[in-house]
Amino acid sequence: MSIVTVQLGQCGNQIGFEVFDTLFSDSHCSQGLCSKKENEAYQTSCKERFFNEQENGVLVARAVLVDMEPKVINQTLSKSAHSGRWKYDQCACFCQKQGSGNNWAYGYSVHGPRHEESIMNLIQKEVEKCDSLSGFFIIMSMAGGTGSGLGAFITQNLQDQYSNCLKMNQVIWPYGTGEVIVQNYNSILTLSHLYRCSHALLFHENDAIHKICSKLMNIRQISFKDINQVLAHQLGSMFQPTYSVEGSFHYRRNPLGDLMEHLVPHPEFKMLGVRNIPQMSENSLAYSTFTWAGLLKHLKQMLISNAKMEEDINWQVRAPLSGLSALGKMSFSKELHFNTSIANLVILRGKDVQSADLGGFKDPALYTSWLEPAHTFNVWKTQRAFNKYEKLATLVSNSQFLVKPLDMIVGKAWNMFASKAYIHQYTKFGIEEDDFLDSFTLLEQVIASYCNL
Amino acid sequence: MTQSVVVQVGQCGNQIGCCFWDLALREHAAVNQKGIYDEAISSFFRNVDTRVSGDGGSISKGKICSLKARAVLIDMEEGVVNEILQGPLRDVFDSKQLITDISGSGNNWAVGHKVFGSLYQEQILEKLRKSAEQCDCLQCFFIIHSMGGGTGSGLGTFLLKVLEDEFPEVYRFVTSVYPSGEDDVITSPYNSILAMKELNEHADCVLPIDNQSLFDIISKINVMVNSEKLGKTVKPKSLVTSSAGALKKRHEKPFDAMNNIVANLLLSLTSSARFEGSLNMDLNEISMNLVPFPQLHYLVSSLTPLYTLADVNVPPRRLDQMFSDAFSKDYQLIRADPKHSLYLACALMVRGNVQISDLRRNIERLKPSLQFVSWNQEGWKTSLCSVPPVGHSHSLLALANNTCVKPTFMELRERFRRLYKKKAHLHHYLQVEGMEESCFTEAVSSLSALIQEYNQLDATKSMPVEDLPRLRVAV
Repeated sequence: MSIVTVQLGQCGNQIGFEVFDTLFSDSHCSQGLCSKKENEAYQTSCKERFFNEQENGVLVARAVLVDMEPKVINQTLSKSAHSGRWKYDQCACFCQKQGSGNNWAYGYSVHGPRHEESIMNLIQKEVEKCDSLSGFFIIMSMAGGTGSGLGAFITQNLQDQYSNCLKMNQVIWPYGTGEVIVQNYNSILTLSHLYRCSHALLFHENDAIHKICSKLMNIRQISFKDINQVLAHQLGSMFQPTYSVEGSFHYRRNPLGDLMEHLVPHPEFKMLGVRNIPQMSENSLAYSTFTWAGLLKHLKQMLISNAKMEEDINWQVRAPLSGLSALGKMSFSKELHFNTSIANLVILRGKDVQSADLGGFKDPALYTSWLEPAHTFNVWKTQRAFNKYEKLATLVSNSQFLVKPLDMIVGKAWNMFASKAYIHQYTKFGIEEDDFLDSFTLLEQVIASYCNL
Repeated sequence: MTQSVVVQVGQCGNQIGCCFWDLALREHAAVNQKGIYDEAISSFFRNVDTRVSGDGGSISKGKICSLKARAVLIDMEEGVVNEILQGPLRDVFDSKQLITDISGSGNNWAVGHKVFGSLYQEQILEKLRKSAEQCDCLQCFFIIHSMGGGTGSGLGTFLLKVLEDEFPEVYRFVTSVYPSGEDDVITSPYNSILAMKELNEHADCVLPIDNQSLFDIISKINVMVNSEKLGKTVKPKSLVTSSAGALKKRHEKPFDAMNNIVANLLLSLTSSARFEGSLNMDLNEISMNLVPFPQLHYLVSSLTPLYTLADVNVPPRRLDQMFSDAFSKDYQLIRADPKHSLYLACALMVRGNVQISDLRRNIERLKPSLQFVSWNQEGWKTSLCSVPPVGHSHSLLALANNTCVKPTFMELRERFRRLYKKKAHLHHYLQVEGMEESCFTEAVSSLSALIQEYNQLDATKSMPVEDLPRLRVAV
């Protein structure tokens, strides 16, 4: 089954390019450490998911590019054309002359309705190229105007027009400071709207990835390209094919559907995050060896101590004793910063995956009490190595990991809202104070729900 | 891509405008080596086939034939505009873009605003409409004028209202040159106060500049150039230090170097909208991020580095100096000290070989020394444009919405009061039809209201930053 990607705004388009480039180069990488036959099956599966094959054999990304100004899309198109390996469909682009100016209201209330038909037509054309559709993957930031405002509008429209298809939004969480001044307003408006119409929100925080670039990848002068490549690596390791049944060469058909089934058991909880281990520069990788036991021990500690990367692990954090009551568990997690999960999925790629023991992730103490233990944890595997990593573990998790950043953003937006600063910029385009209040209410509810796991 | 139209009014406006067009041409020539008319050039220039008569000559693609500035030149004297038309830039303008008179406004805001305003309203509108029609997607008018004189101040602010009525969706960015304390125009406090009211009401963003600050910056550059140690390393032809270098051999007028700084300000302000970069900043993002309340739209600007060395790779230490300098009071284009006042918002627009990690490091480094208003503790907006200014490897434009602009306004009000108390020169204004004393009182109370808003913000400076009680939800 195929996934149609919609990339919106400067951020969405820049990341989208890196994602497709990673998917392509990984599936055509000769260091897959597996048999030729298996490699072919892997390639075919990746192609079915993300690329269309033209008659001349060139792969075309199953993507629609949307931006309200032309510069970034032109740049993205020419980058993919220059790569000479895969490309975007020139006809699957939509851009206008004037951007949304960091104004969520402008993206949502002006650009959205004005260009609804053209954009939805492009998406439909892309959908028609798929033999069967798994769902939509929508890449956007939540800080700016186009990705956030128009992104929310388009996601809503997809929900209306393709109500049976799954929608997953890849949302870029802005740096805590220094990107866009009204980013907290734009973020709460985006999140509250997506929470109503998307099935799952997958988050990447710029601050966390920036840190990965500097600490793990050893990059001194970090550019957006570096950041986007780390992000694309994480997404790739999540979306590349894995076996449907252990030991078979049959690859999972419905990646989005399976992800949702495993990770989003309740509509109130749909915030997902990704972690990778190991993650390092190519140079260091050549001199490192890993065991699954070691990697998984660290990955589990990353999960329960809510570390975004290996270096940040706090080894003091322990899972609560299983005898603890719900209330006791709550205070426990607060005290020790224990990160309670709803559901986790571990994806293992590479050498000797059969031998990996995942018992540690099955401990009921890691999870909220209202879900059957059988539904809390899943594992996907493939022997095919990913992106030159001999062994790679990816953890996709629905947990409390975003409560703190979300609480920060809501708090900052609330402080600004109380002074009424910048509100006039939004009311100008039909987003009123009441809309803000609705967003605040919904997000406070989300925070409370996650806190009470 | 969007386009902008520059409206230059009065002697000062036209002189700065002239520098701006010269630099803009040179910048695009340096970036666009193939001579193809592209979207970046189209933001300020039309491409015209001069062999075709009439208006049908605009070409949207292909080779550059003849570039025409998207500009309207207005002056109520002929001197400066004639000089431009006889100078090296004559081909960039044509007579359809000009409005001149011969009598001048006599340093009288009322003459510029009321007399010439009504006299030329139709003609101005027609030229503006014409220039707007020639744009594919007009985003912004840049108005360049001075506050102290008659034409720039009076007619320049008259124009703002016309633009607001006629093009409500197009931004109005105003570069206003404020008179220094020892201004030779005696009535400049009157003119400035009257103009301020119009700026308060009809501008989207105002970039205040004052001559004294520009002069000080030029002196500083000269000291650098002349000091033996640095003399060899300063690029003589960088845009800031040279006068309109490629066209003129030496400083012909003392104001040239100063006007060049202002022209550079406009180039930097628009660079991220014109050229590619990893973090774009369109013009509409400026007011969205920097104007929290409609009235508080005065942005203090600084440009760094004033000079640059010829190295290709950016050594981090010198790069960081560029960020430090941008916050120093010595580098502001108006006499103001942002470090010791309160920030409402701050934008850093970087050009050249600078990455996001450089920006982040410097924001983290400088943040502790700056004070931000309680509800906008993280009021930073940033952009990265990959095209540096001609002759530099990198540059920074900092825009601050900061209460440090207040002293300029208070000083203006004080000078106005001194003059107004004696009713000096008042009759020159009152004899103009439509001018009454109430015009002055309304203008001064409009300014006082603005000062009051800054006062209230300043008063919050010493208060601790507290989180407000949040919405409570039932669990």
